[in-house]
Amino acid sequence: MEKKSVKAWLYLLPAMLFLGIFLIYPLVDVFVYSFEENYNFASQSYTGTGLFNYSYVLRDPYFLQALKNTFLLVVITVPLSTGLALLISVGLSSIKPLRELYQTVFFLPYVTNTLAVGLVFMILFKRTPYSDGFVNLLLSLFHAGPVDFIDGPYGAKMLVLCLYTIWVVMPFKILILTSALASVNQTYYNAAKIDGTSGLRIFFRITLPMISPSLVYLIITGFIGAFKAYSDAVALFGTNLNAAGMNTIVGYVYDMLYGNSGGYPSYASAAAILLFAIVLTITCINLLVSRKHVHYIS
Amino acid sequence: MKVTLQNLTKKFPARGKKSQGEVIAVNHFDFVIPDGKLIGLLGPSGCGKSTALNLLCGLLKPTEGRIFFGDEDVTDLPPEKREVGMVFQNYALYPHLTVMQNILFPLQNLKGAQKLSKAEMDQRARDAAKLVQIGELMDRKPGELSGGQQQRVAIARALVKMPRILLMDEPLSNLDARLRLQTREEIRRIQRKTQITTVFVTHDQEEAMSISDLIVVMKDGVVQQIGKPQEVYDDPHNLFVASFLGTPPINLFHGRIESGRVYVGDVPILEQPALPDQEITVGVRPEGFVPKEDGAFGCTLKGVEVMGRDVSVVFTHPACVAAAGRAIVSAQSQLPSGQNQVRFDFIPEKIRLFHGITEERIR
Repeated sequence: MEKKSVKAWLYLLPAMLFLGIFLIYPLVDVFVYSFEENYNFASQSYTGTGLFNYSYVLRDPYFLQALKNTFLLVVITVPLSTGLALLISVGLSSIKPLRELYQTVFFLPYVTNTLAVGLVFMILFKRTPYSDGFVNLLLSLFHAGPVDFIDGPYGAKMLVLCLYTIWVVMPFKILILTSALASVNQTYYNAAKIDGTSGLRIFFRITLPMISPSLVYLIITGFIGAFKAYSDAVALFGTNLNAAGMNTIVGYVYDMLYGNSGGYPSYASAAAILLFAIVLTITCINLLVSRKHVHYIS
Repeated sequence: MKVTLQNLTKKFPARGKKSQGEVIAVNHFDFVIPDGKLIGLLGPSGCGKSTALNLLCGLLKPTEGRIFFGDEDVTDLPPEKREVGMVFQNYALYPHLTVMQNILFPLQNLKGAQKLSKAEMDQRARDAAKLVQIGELMDRKPGELSGGQQQRVAIARALVKMPRILLMDEPLSNLDARLRLQTREEIRRIQRKTQITTVFVTHDQEEAMSISDLIVVMKDGVVQQIGKPQEVYDDPHNLFVASFLGTPPINLFHGRIESGRVYVGDVPILEQPALPDQEITVGVRPEGFVPKEDGAFGCTLKGVEVMGRDVSVVFTHPACVAAAGRAIVSAQSQLPSGQNQVRFDFIPEKIRLFHGITEERIR
């Protein structure tokens, strides 16, 4: 028994070392920094300890803006992208001709480079001296617009950011959900059909519970992913996100460390810990809520 | 409900790029299932039994032919309008619903005039559960039940909406041997009690023989014989039916008829003066052998298996179609000990003759 456990620890050692050095230690370090005032990397010094960093960050209008942006992004994109992905997956599962083609088309954004997608969105939305962008062209057909989606009103910018995020995260969700749908045994549907079950009832009483583990997985990772959003905003609005009013929490952390206003590891740490706390809380709530509604089939 | 199959045919396109044409899974079925009977559709895997069942419940549309429930033509009705109950091979119980919810499920689908109040549904579900004796399991999930219990829940769910006919697709194949015996008795009891016309698919001839009122023996989509189990066993129409029914299976020998006598090898075993000379296959049921010291039929003894009441004698003979034959004799019979030869006489009533090429029965 003793020997066995030594062996087990030996096998675990590489992963534990790796995780310890690159995950646990930095996490603890960040936690410590967040309580040290004016920590300086170069001199490894600080001027005091306490909750000052937190109170500063929580009063910083840039942080509050980032917080608002992130929350809006989460609340809008997670349900929308998951719901749309579910609709598309159900559609994909119920058609036969050309199914593979459609699956490929819907999966393409996943293998496309983020910046390439950003470029496409620029063509769609960005106003240049030569064109108002494709979407404004469409809007003008209905005698609306033009709207400046990239440098214009907050709502327009948020809309583009949300569209972009949904577009980027959906392929993976479709992939997971189509395979979840395919793994539901056809005899359940046959049984339901013989019993005269309506299509809607089959979906809500059979399909949905059967794929609920995948769905919950997608919702939880979706929440976490959206809270960590940053690169999407950069791809659309450039690196000076504070000026654009489109910063996210991760963007704020980055700016505090390296941005124009950078050089504040203490504030960055406090913001990072706040994000960690938010994500942890939301994930716990997710798990608690889903426990009631998810059916894991052993 | 009487069920009539008229010229029922189902063809599937052949699979694969190279294969052409089509597979005829159900080939011109033409028979009547009498009201209130339990019918066993029996045949080896791939013979079209399940296809036939799916045609009856409406999950498949026939290529040709009609299906009548009573006098009503249901051929073009979708499954939900046929009012059939089905028990699937893997039971298809919804794993996330409790037993009660599973049984209620078909009732909650009823619409319009058929719609039931909650109390009525509850009562119907409890009655169905009582019938299959699972009343105390109502709050469990299917995953917490044994195979036999799941089977009962599946039957209750199929019966709760009071179907016109009950269809069962290999209902016992997922149960262990002992439970299978119990459950088939149970199915018999429930069917007798409810008097619902039941069609039951199986590849296990013993299962079909033991509980069916009528068996339909199928091979390659073609009905070979329909009849009461004992009649089909005693009077098979062809070699396939004879060899498919009965455990241990019938022993087959190459034989011939020569001037009114049936020979196996050089041994004349039967007088058949009316039959012309021809090559034949002789079938002898295992219980048709009588060991005798001066018996006409000598063969090499391979082994003796004592099974309590009976003794199974394994022998080889040059004319035997299979590698070895098997005779069932009573434990009291005198078997030669320490010899590798054994001699038998045949009981003439247990001998069946089949045409050497067409495999049809010769009478």
